[in-house]
Amino acid sequence: MKWLARFARFWWDFVVGDDWLVAVLVAIAIGVTAALAHSNVTAWWLLPVAAPLILWLSLRRAIRSA
Amino acid sequence: MTTGNAFLFLSAFLASAVEMVEALTIVLASALARGWRSSLAGVGAAVLALAAITALLGPALTAIPLDALRLVVGGLLLIFGLQWLRKAILRASGFKALHDEDAIFARELADAEGAAHVERAGLDWYGFVLSFKGVLLEGLEVVFIVLTFGSAQGSIPLAAAGAAVAVVLVAGVGVAVRAPLARVPENLMKFSVGVMLTTFGIFWSTEGAGAHWPGSDLAILGVLGFVIVVSLLFVQLLKRERLEAVAA
Repeated sequence: MKWLARFARFWWDFVVGDDWLVAVLVAIAIGVTAALAHSNVTAWWLLPVAAPLILWLSLRRAIRSA
Repeated sequence: MTTGNAFLFLSAFLASAVEMVEALTIVLASALARGWRSSLAGVGAAVLALAAITALLGPALTAIPLDALRLVVGGLLLIFGLQWLRKAILRASGFKALHDEDAIFARELADAEGAAHVERAGLDWYGFVLSFKGVLLEGLEVVFIVLTFGSAQGSIPLAAAGAAVAVVLVAGVGVAVRAPLARVPENLMKFSVGVMLTTFGIFWSTEGAGAHWPGSDLAILGVLGFVIVVSLLFVQLLKRERLEAVAA
């Protein structure tokens, strides 16, 4: 069990990285893009807008916690 | 070579070069403190492990339908790219110390010299494990980028070639100078990789989600320019904020 927990922890750190909020917000932004696209609404603009906002939020969090 | 393939090769090359510079620092410290034989055995074992992971995951990824692959891979690359960019921007603006290979080398060397000698399978175990872990952990990120980027762009061999050129180059220079490569502009390379991963992450996850880019593949260049401008703007904003905080 200890080995399994370490394995899971490694992959969590590897994929999610230092700021879990980035992964969550990226997943939400992609989900909203898919929902818009499948409702025949133009959606290509959403991720280029969301990515800088997520990056800025993550930068502020990193600076605050430094 | 198309623009996408050129970016693919360059991204794999830069990501691999950055990670291999870091791995080289660990291997050199291990070799100088614990002996070359055990350290090189550790490097060899890690390279074999990385090759096995690539051989197992590569064909599996190419079997996934392209849209689903681009959705998942695009999302993962976007998360990776934003994490790389965050670190590079924090370093470029002075909020985080630049990666100092000389300091890391000195620390690793002191740790390796102080560790007890345990022999297993005729090898100094500390030297073997230190090199193995260093190369495996730094190499995993490269394997991940090569496989995801390569499969979504439809050319894992080209991505692998970019990574291989970087490994040979860094290893060659490392053997020649036998010192950590402290003068490599590591943060600029990390910034470039972050920009490219973010660009392709945005592009592919948008396509994978079912949306269509105006201008089709040419939109990559527009996204790339946008990500570069925004990232440089963030560096400038944070630099100014830091200067104001220091002056206050």
